[in-house]
Amino acid sequence: MTLPNNNLGEIKPLTYRIVDNKPVVDINEYEALDGYLSVRKAIPAMSPADVQAAVKDANLRGRGGAGFPAGIKWGLIPMGPDAGAKYLVCNADEMEPGTFKDRLLMECLPHQLVEGMIIAAYAIQAKRAYIFLRGEYVLAAKHLNEAIEQANAKGYLGENILGSGWSLDMHVHTGAGRYICGEETALINSLEGRRANPRAKPPFPQIAGLWGRPTIVNNVETLSNLSHIINRGADWFKGLSQGKSPDGGTKIYGASGKVKNPGLWELPIGTTAREIIYEHAGGMRDGLELKAWLPGGASTDFLTPDHLDLAMDFDTIMKAGSRMGTGLVMVVDHTQSMVSAVRNLEQFFARESCGWCTPCRDGLPWSVKMLLAIERGEGKPEYLDILQQLTRQLGPGKTFCAHAPGAMEPLQSALKYFRSEFEQGIAAPATAAATATA
Amino acid sequence: MIICTDSNRPNVEPYILADEDRAEIEHHIHHYDDARAASIDALKVIQRRHGWVPDGAIQPVADLLGISAPDLEGVATFYSLIFRRPVGRNVIKVCDSIACHLMDFEVVQDAIIKHINVGLGETTPDERYTLLPICCLGTCDKAPAIMINDDTHTNLTPEQIPALLEKYV
Repeated sequence: MTLPNNNLGEIKPLTYRIVDNKPVVDINEYEALDGYLSVRKAIPAMSPADVQAAVKDANLRGRGGAGFPAGIKWGLIPMGPDAGAKYLVCNADEMEPGTFKDRLLMECLPHQLVEGMIIAAYAIQAKRAYIFLRGEYVLAAKHLNEAIEQANAKGYLGENILGSGWSLDMHVHTGAGRYICGEETALINSLEGRRANPRAKPPFPQIAGLWGRPTIVNNVETLSNLSHIINRGADWFKGLSQGKSPDGGTKIYGASGKVKNPGLWELPIGTTAREIIYEHAGGMRDGLELKAWLPGGASTDFLTPDHLDLAMDFDTIMKAGSRMGTGLVMVVDHTQSMVSAVRNLEQFFARESCGWCTPCRDGLPWSVKMLLAIERGEGKPEYLDILQQLTRQLGPGKTFCAHAPGAMEPLQSALKYFRSEFEQGIAAPATAAATATA
Repeated sequence: MIICTDSNRPNVEPYILADEDRAEIEHHIHHYDDARAASIDALKVIQRRHGWVPDGAIQPVADLLGISAPDLEGVATFYSLIFRRPVGRNVIKVCDSIACHLMDFEVVQDAIIKHINVGLGETTPDERYTLLPICCLGTCDKAPAIMINDDTHTNLTPEQIPALLEKYV
């Protein structure tokens, strides 16, 4: 099939169909752009094992932030005639501050996600698929529901899909707030109609997830890649990074903060933050200099201008002491206070803590209290040591889930790179004494 | 006619679940393999009718879902967009996450507070507006952003706020 946009589809598979941010919601229009080709190609001609193998070969790493290979995650799902009911869940609860990529994919190309979910559900032989969508994404909900209805009418969803004997029911579940719903096991509790507290792992959702059944949870961007991997193959996918990274594929990168041209760009994975900030985002606004940047969300460590030439992929940014996370960069300019930025971040994490475990529930508000005092110039001399201790006591292994450890990432890196700004907020002993006696 | 009373909360107003709300909740239940999974959908049905979830609604909705009232109350109070207190006709949600912080959202928030004359978490005496903070709205390239009811407004400046708010009666 030859299409006018085909060569762009070769290098920007996720977004080439989006022209001037105009949504493609009509299924006929989407089919004319190669839509649902992967479903017709895979079902029933490929076995579920073939589909799993293709995605494993492509080494598609989870685009929700953790970078876990999707094919390996799927490989943990029990298969065979006795496996019983299984579920696919799309994590569309995009709430990581600074992240706005899934919104674009769902508002503008809802069918691409539905198509990817059909492929994923077929690969694990799920009987039902849910899109866990944050309630605030009103337009995405409308477009996804329309897309699902049309896909049902065309026989891509429903009973006995394309004569394969396999049936799939797909449903959009909208949430009612709370950042913690994006955590995989909290999301499952929320989908079951419970408080979104995370679950202890193991067992992992692949073994015991939704209603105790094997469940795969994948991010919107991850699932949106699947149709293209089936259509064009694992080797093509690996080549998309153009040698910029050992990982394959493109990544939807973005920039926000005081850059000239904030936005989103689908680029080879491994593109540098310098290219993202200075070429695509047009650099800093006039008169402003870059002081620090968050590579991919509130729960990633700050990096500095010294790190701008690193490849934005999971392993490289990890080695630099941060995480690529969602890959949407936030910039801090030289006029902004790191203490205020970190205080804002910790207020967010404290408010969004589910309260399930003590280090997170009590530690985060404590950090906010100290940061507020430092911001006012009233910090006590011991605060920096206590904050430093909290980065360990709320760190990995101390809590049920990654919420508190994630909250500590920007704090520990700000203390490391910008310690003097925090020290300036510690009240001088004379001032402190004067305040005490005033 | 008293449909339901809660013996633990004798002051709760009796609540009559509307037939169409009951039907809609039952429809939601069909989407799941366990009825309680429709808890949030059901609470949203009630909230759409009243603007919030009145105390009396908890027991009849819990009965429909096959769970206890305290269990459903635990769900209702967990989620920030389920309101367990009356709210104004228009709910203003101000994004205060880091991307909006870096774009100086505070001046927009201050303009809102100045215009409606109530603070975060409060409702105006004429019940026209409620002001709440909200987690990142996923529109960071157009920060600062707020939502009013289901509408998202972006690239805001303090000067735009009075005219924008006046559109919501």
